[in-house]
Amino acid sequence: MVEDAAETPLRIVLAKIGFDGHDRGLRVVARILRDAGCEVIYLGLRQTTDNIVAVAEQEDADAIGLSMHNAGHMTLAPKMVEALRAADMDIPVVVGGIIPDDDIEPLRQAGVAAILGPGASAEEVGRTVRDVVNARA
Amino acid sequence: MGRLLSIVERGGPRADEVAKLAHPHVGQAHVIGITGPPGAGKSTLVGKLVAEAENAGKRPAVLAVDPSSPLTGGAILGDRVRIDANNLEAFVRSVATRGHSGGLALSVPGSVRVFDAAGFDPVIVETVGVGQVEVDVTATADTTVVVANPGTGDAVQANKAGLLEVADLFVVNKSDHPGATDVRRDLELMLDLSHVSGAEEIAGGRAPIVMTNSLDGDGIGELWTEIADHHQRLIDSDRLVGRRAHRLQTEVRSRLLTALEQATDALIADRFDATQQTIGESAAPSELSEKLLAELLSPAPPQTEGAAEPGA
Ligand SMILES: Nc1nc2c(ncn2[C@@H]2O[C@H](COP(=O)(O)OP(=O)(O)O)[C@@H](O)[C@H]2O)c(=O)[nH]1
Ligand SMILES: [Mg+2]
Repeated sequence: MVEDAAETPLRIVLAKIGFDGHDRGLRVVARILRDAGCEVIYLGLRQTTDNIVAVAEQEDADAIGLSMHNAGHMTLAPKMVEALRAADMDIPVVVGGIIPDDDIEPLRQAGVAAILGPGASAEEVGRTVRDVVNARA
Repeated sequence: MGRLLSIVERGGPRADEVAKLAHPHVGQAHVIGITGPPGAGKSTLVGKLVAEAENAGKRPAVLAVDPSSPLTGGAILGDRVRIDANNLEAFVRSVATRGHSGGLALSVPGSVRVFDAAGFDPVIVETVGVGQVEVDVTATADTTVVVANPGTGDAVQANKAGLLEVADLFVVNKSDHPGATDVRRDLELMLDLSHVSGAEEIAGGRAPIVMTNSLDGDGIGELWTEIADHHQRLIDSDRLVGRRAHRLQTEVRSRLLTALEQATDALIADRFDATQQTIGESAAPSELSEKLLAELLSPAPPQTEGAAEPGA
């Protein structure tokens, strides 16, 4: 059983919520996660929290990665956490993007499992995702 | 449901347990395989087919298979971007090949059966048609659709990959591209010349070719009709039963081979020590293997215990 868990790659749903821009950053993160041995279920832009919840259920996701580059993170990230709770799904949410220092603690309080800045190394991204998943398991 | 599919994908005793529970309820779903080269528009097409199925009052599910990175074991599963763009109801599951080809050959039919037992119909399986593994996976389908891409020499590539043989239907997607009619002609030529056509049930005919534009939906209605017709022909001619019996046989065979391979490895590990010297008497390889084979095939072999703990 333990061996199984170690061998099965982590499945991460990766998305951008809201209406902002392009998916270049998201694609870079997808590649980093793949290189860290994760299976990335890539959703791309303009996702809704409801849609992400449905996808996470279907894909049996281990974690959800949200990329945020506009000011929406303070409302959208907690909304994502809330939507998962409402669906009774205990899946960690990791937020990546340009997040002001002052916002980090409130996001954690809101239930966001980890926050990764744009400067995070590939190693850091992979480790963080594994850590938050293992913390729940 | 999502969890159940994960269990099946991991394989092993728990997957077998799920398969046993599902078994009494399977056999209702029409399994449609969609295969072809990367970028041909398979996922976009699948999205349109799902919408078509839902409009017809059906409850489709999709299994979208993409390759794992052989280096890291990770994968980017991006099919949902195109599939989900059309609809909201369908159950879509993204699957990575996870390196081991045998595993995929077992897990895909396993997942299809879970969908089937849960009442989904049709079950659409998207695979990249490049290697033997993927071609093997198409054996899971009742109806196999091969998608060609109006790019250079795509029909030829389909031929090389062995896709012509497994096709019940061909789609030339991106019919809006100027090269599309050329691909269609190439396909027709190749089918006529090689006499290969999966559509054996059409007396004297070859597999239909449908032109589609998966962006605006042009030709999708026709494709849906052809797929439904193929299914109906399979049923009417009793070939559906035959195909499924063949599929069962293939699956049992591959399971037996896997089990035999494991038992063999365990026996070998047991009888040869680390320095490669045989334990006990020295004998010719033929003699030794004959003896071990007899042991392997004898009823209630003691080495089934050993198979559970390799490397011990
Ligand atoms: N022009 C045109 N582009 C298409 C068509 N179908 C798909 N595409 C595009 O082809 C690219 C690959 O599509 P995708 O469905 O991901 O292909 P897959 O790799 O075979 O699953 C995407 O950019 C699609 O928008 C079509 O009928 N016409
Ligand atoms: Mg695809």
